[in-house]
Amino acid sequence: MAAASPGREPDQSPLHRTAPAPGGWRTGEAASGLALISPTLLYAAFLLLLPILIVFAYSFWTQDFLTIDHTFTLANYRAALTEPIYLDLLGRSLINALSVSVLAVLMAYPLAYFISFYGGASKNLWLFLITVPCWTSYLLRIMSWKIVLGYNGVLNSGLMRLGLIDKPIETLVYNSNAVIIALLHSWLAFAVLPIFVSLEKLDRSLIEAAHDLGDTAVQRFLRIILPLTLPGVTYAFLIVMIPTVGDYITPKLIGGSDGVMIATAIQAQFGKAANWPLGAALSITTMIAASLLAGLVVLVGRRLVRALA
Amino acid sequence: MTDPMIAIHALEKSYGIYKALHAVSLDVAPGEFFSLLGPSGCGKTTLLRSIAGFETPSAGDIRIDGESVIGKAPNQRPTNMVFQNYAIFPHLSVAENVAYGLKRLKLSPSEEKRRVSEALDQVRLGSYGERRAQQLSGGQRQRVALARALVLRPKVLLLDEPLSALDKKLREEMQVELRALQRAVGITFVLVTHDQYEALALSDRIAVMFAGRVAQIATPKEIYQHPQSREVAAFLGGMNFLSGRILNETATSLSVEAGRFGTVAATKPAGFTRTGETTALGIRPERLRILWEPQDTPHQITGTVVDRDYFGETTHLRIRAEGLDEPLSVIETNSFGADDLPRGATVQLAYDPEAFVALAD
Amino acid sequence: MKGTPFLFKGGWLTLYIVLILSFLYLPIALIPLFSFNNAAAVAFPLSGFTLRWYDALWGNKEMLRAALNSLLVGIIVACLSTLLGILAARALTRYRFPGKRAATAFLSAPLFLPEIIVAVSLLTIILSVGLTPSLVAVALGQTIFCLPYSMSVLVAGFEGMDRSLEEASRDLGETAAGTFRRVTLPLVAPAIVSSLIVSFTVSLDEFILAFFLAGTEPTLPVYIWGQLRFAAKLPSVLALGSLMLLASILLITLAESVRRRAERRLEQQVLL
Repeated sequence: MAAASPGREPDQSPLHRTAPAPGGWRTGEAASGLALISPTLLYAAFLLLLPILIVFAYSFWTQDFLTIDHTFTLANYRAALTEPIYLDLLGRSLINALSVSVLAVLMAYPLAYFISFYGGASKNLWLFLITVPCWTSYLLRIMSWKIVLGYNGVLNSGLMRLGLIDKPIETLVYNSNAVIIALLHSWLAFAVLPIFVSLEKLDRSLIEAAHDLGDTAVQRFLRIILPLTLPGVTYAFLIVMIPTVGDYITPKLIGGSDGVMIATAIQAQFGKAANWPLGAALSITTMIAASLLAGLVVLVGRRLVRALA
Repeated sequence: MTDPMIAIHALEKSYGIYKALHAVSLDVAPGEFFSLLGPSGCGKTTLLRSIAGFETPSAGDIRIDGESVIGKAPNQRPTNMVFQNYAIFPHLSVAENVAYGLKRLKLSPSEEKRRVSEALDQVRLGSYGERRAQQLSGGQRQRVALARALVLRPKVLLLDEPLSALDKKLREEMQVELRALQRAVGITFVLVTHDQYEALALSDRIAVMFAGRVAQIATPKEIYQHPQSREVAAFLGGMNFLSGRILNETATSLSVEAGRFGTVAATKPAGFTRTGETTALGIRPERLRILWEPQDTPHQITGTVVDRDYFGETTHLRIRAEGLDEPLSVIETNSFGADDLPRGATVQLAYDPEAFVALAD
Repeated sequence: MKGTPFLFKGGWLTLYIVLILSFLYLPIALIPLFSFNNAAAVAFPLSGFTLRWYDALWGNKEMLRAALNSLLVGIIVACLSTLLGILAARALTRYRFPGKRAATAFLSAPLFLPEIIVAVSLLTIILSVGLTPSLVAVALGQTIFCLPYSMSVLVAGFEGMDRSLEEASRDLGETAAGTFRRVTLPLVAPAIVSSLIVSFTVSLDEFILAFFLAGTEPTLPVYIWGQLRFAAKLPSVLALGSLMLLASILLITLAESVRRRAERRLEQQVLL
C-alpha cells in the first residue's frame, strides 16, 4: 500500500475511493493510525525488540558463577570468534544454511513459474498442495527424515528388501547432507511463495513486448522475467537463509557429530553450561555473520543477474 | 426566490500546502438537478464529499435546508449518496441493502417491507429483492444504490460519477431514467461528472469547476452558448477563438471589429470587464455554415479545406481562411455532401454576426 | 518458440512438480504408515495392521496433559495474535501515518530471525525479571511468531474490502460503531476466522519456544521430543504424530476454504 503524496488531489486517481483517505492528509489521521497500531507495536517491542537488546547487553558482560558481572568486556566475542569449536560450528551453520537457501531458491523458481504461468484456474490448489506440509509440525517432519534415512530406516530396509544393497548404507544419516535435505524439505515452500507472488505481479505484456522485439524464450527469461522477479527471489533467499542458520532440531536429530550447528552451542550456554554472556555473544555473532553473508550473496546475485540481462 | 436547499459559502479545503477548493460559493435550489462539471482534479468530488460529510472543509460553511452541517458526521446529515462504484454491500441481498438505512428508523416490519418494495419498484427492480449483489449487472447495481439512498427520503441526493462505470449505450439509457426519476421524486440532486454531454442533458444548472474554483454557474444552454471564459468554452465542446477591437459597448453586448468577419455583435458575459481596446471572441463550429450555392450576404468568408474527420452524421472540417492565424473548425451535417469535400477545396463560409461571444481571458 | 509453452505445460515442468510433491509428502506419509505397523522397529517390510499404538495413547496421562497444555496455549495464542493482528491490519490498511513501512517490517521480523535466538532472548528476559518459564511465557512468545501470519491474512482481508462500503453505511445513517458491526465485521469475518485457525496451527506445532520456555509443563511437541530418546516409544510417538498431522492438515484446509470463499465473494464485487 503505497502512500500517495500529500499534494495529490483526490479526483486524479480513479482508485481514490479505495485508497486510504485520498490525498486526504489530515492531522488526525496519522494520530488515529498510530494509536490503533500501537498495542501491537508495543507488544512486539516488549517481547521481541527488548529481549534481543538485553541479549545484546549480556554479550558484553561476564558470567561469575551465579551472578553477572556488568563490566563491559569483549571477551565473549573474542571467544566466539577465536575458539576453533565455535568458528567451526558457525562456519558449518553458514555453509549449510547457504546451501539450503540457494538450493531452495533454485528448486522453488521452476515450481513458482509453473504455477504462475501454467496453473490456470488451479493456481490456488497447487500453492495449497505445496504449502500444506509447511503447516505440519517441524519436529515431526524432521523426525520423518530420521525414519527415512536411519541406519535401520525406511530407505535402507527398503533397498535391502529390493536386493539393491546387502547391508545398510551408513552415510545416509548423521551428517551435513542429511541436515541439508531435511531443511530443504521444510523450507522449500517458504521460497516458493515470494517468488510466486513476484511472478504474479509481473505484467505479462512486458514479456510479450520483449517477444515482439525479437527476444528468444531464454532471452525473455534472462532480460525480463528474472530481473523483474529478483525482489521475490531475494525475499525467498533471506526467509530461508537467516532462520536456518540457527536451526536447532535438525542437526540435533539427524546431524550427528558431523552435522552439529551453532544453535546447539547457544542452547548449551543458556542451559547446562550456564554461561549466558557467551551464549549471547554467540547469538549476536551468528545473526551478524548470517546477515553479512546473506547481504553479500544478494549483492553478488544482483550483479550476476544484471550481467546476464 | 425561495431559500436554497444547499448554500455553500466560501468553502476551502487544503491538503497540506495543496489547496483543493478555493473559496467556493454556490446555492442549489430545492428540487433542482445540479451538476458539478470539470476535468479530473478540479475539486468537484472533494466538494461533493464535503457536502456528504466525508471531507472536512478547512474553512467556510455548508448549509443544507438552512442548517449548517459543518462538524456533523455523514450519518447526521440529510443527504444520501450514490457512490461511483455503487458500494453495494456484498454480504446482503438487494432488499437488505435497500433496508440498510431504514433499520435505524425502527419501523414496523410490514412498513419497512412496504418502503423497500416501493423503492425497488421505483427503480424497476421490483422482483430482484432476494438477489445477492454479485448476481447484478452494472446497471442493476446502480439502481440498487439509487433505491437504497432514496428510500430514506433525503433532502439531497449526491451522485458521484454514477454513470462512468457503465458502457456507452447503457449510460445513455440511464441518463434518461435518472432525469425521469429526479422529476418523479422531486428531491434535489447534485451530480458530479466529467462528461459535458451528461451534464448538459441532465441538469437544471451546471457549475463548471477548474483547479478548485467555480468558473461559471448557469443553465446548460447559457453555459454552452455564453461561456464566460476560454476555459469553460473549450471544456464544453469546440470553439473557434478570435480577437477583435472593441468599437462600442452596451449593457449586454459589445460591437467588435473582428478582422475578416467585419463588425460583429458579441454577447457580453456576466462580469465582463473590459481590460483594453481588444477582446477575445468565440464562435462555435456549428455556427459556421458552408454555402453550397452562392449567396448575396455580406456575412461570409472564403477558405480552403485543410483537414476533414468523418463522424457518421456529421463531418468536422478544418478550414483555413485568409487573414486568420488558426484554421477554423466547422461542423457540418452530412446532408449536403460535406463528407465528400476534398482537401484543398475552396469553400464559402457563412456566419451569423450575432453568434459571437466575448470571452474573458 | 511458439510451441514452448505447450511443451512446458505437458512436459518436464509437470514431471518436476510431481517429483517435488513426492519429495514433500512421502516422508511425512511414512509417519501414519508406520503408526499402523505391527512392529516396534520402523523399517520395511511392514508386518501387519494394528491399532495398538493408538490404544496406548488413551491411557497415557502424561501425553493427555501435554495435549491439554497445547490446546490451552493454542487458544490463547490464536486469540491474542488475531486481536493484535486486527488492530495492526486495520491501522495499516485504513490510515496513513509516518513509519508505516518500518512498522510492517518490524512486525514481520520474526520470519527473518533464527528462532533459537528469539527463544533464548525471551528466556533471558523472563528469568531477568524474576519470572519462571511457564505456559503463559510460551503463549506470549509464540504470539510474536504468529503475528506475521495473522497480519498477512488480516491485511489481505481488510484490503479486499472497498472503503466506500463503510462510507456508504455512514451515509445511510449508521454510526461508526454500527458500521463496524454491520459492514466491516461481516466482511472481514472470514479473514478473522482464518487468522485464528492459522495461528492456532502454528502454535500447536511450534517446538523451539515451547522447549525453552515451557518449564515443567510440556506441550505436545516438547513431549514428543522427550519420547524420542527411547527407541521403544517410537511407534506410539508415530501414532501421536499422525494425529497431530491430521489435525494440522484439517485445520489448514479449513482456513484455506474459509479464505477462498471470502475471496470469491470479494472478487465478484470488484468485477462489477
